Amino acid sequence: MTTVWVTVLAASLGCYGLKLVGVSLPESVLNHPRVQRTAGLLPVAMLTALVVTDLFDANRRYTADWHTLAGVAVGAIALRLGRSPVVVFLLAIATTAVTRLI
Amino acid sequence: MTPWSRIRAETLAPEPFPERAAIARSAAGIGLYAGAFGITFGAVATRSGLSVTQAVTLSAVMCTGASQFALVGVLAAGGSPLAGLSAALLLGLRNAFYGVPVTRILRPRGLRRIWTAQLVVDESTAMAVAYRNPRAGRYAFLATGIALYAMWTLGTLAGALIGSGIDTSALGLDAAAPAIFLALLWPQLSGDRGRTVALGAAVVALGLVRFVPAGLPIIAATAVAILAGFLPTRRRRKPQGR
Repeated sequence: MTTVWVTVLAASLGCYGLKLVGVSLPESVLNHPRVQRTAGLLPVAMLTALVVTDLFDANRRYTADWHTLAGVAVGAIALRLGRSPVVVFLLAIATTAVTRLI
Repeated sequence: MTPWSRIRAETLAPEPFPERAAIARSAAGIGLYAGAFGITFGAVATRSGLSVTQAVTLSAVMCTGASQFALVGVLAAGGSPLAGLSAALLLGLRNAFYGVPVTRILRPRGLRRIWTAQLVVDESTAMAVAYRNPRAGRYAFLATGIALYAMWTLGTLAGALIGSGIDTSALGLDAAAPAIFLALLWPQLSGDRGRTVALGAAVVALGLVRFVPAGLPIIAATAVAILAGFLPTRRRRKPQGR
């Protein structure tokens, strides 16, 4: 088996296992207020880190791709106007595609 | 408090509930975007060097978008498999915590836990907790979860198959992942703590990208969340005259 397969399977089963743990543990274990608070903040931190590294980490040199940036910026405006993730998704890819044509 | 919220979902008579049509529409919309996002993932994964089977395995078994994009991103950037694995697992950790509200609403027992667990993702959890009527919450979770799982996996297969044939950057698909992550993150940015954590995470991640292997900045950003989560809450003055 290749390294990629081992990584894919380990990560997949690991992530599924985490979901299974979540629906199997007694409420009291994960119900601690600090654990709850951290649980809510973990996705905030990680999703933010993903977004900024996606946008500004081209070959680890802090260069941004302006087309992608424009797409995500238009998405942010749509979010500000209360649009759904579907609309945000479509506007972001359309903006990026159109600015690339220009 | 409505009597609904005090009655166990299983004991309810199968009466229709008012939110049903609206929930079905939202679930269909989420399924649609999951399909489109799945195509993006399939195309990005195969272009990053994964096989079609590997891409579909990720969507069918891991089934959590952020972890999948993180893993593929780290591998594509030449990061170590271990960094990719840890990034995927740490991002997937939130699904364990989503299990708490989901368990409260669905009360899965025995074997039902096995497939209930697989449907736990950002969108299905958000839909489940959005309704006070537990039957509506249950329906919202299942409708969203099933639509999303099916469309995400099928979309990935389609994207992986045509992946080499479509130019993801010409279609603007490289903006898809950051835009969706921003959309998922957006509601959390309305609170002070959420905004502070996001800002801190951005600074930590960007500060580190130059110096550490791909994937590690995302893991390092969790320190900000843990720190903020374990700091004592500031005592707030109770509003007067209420």
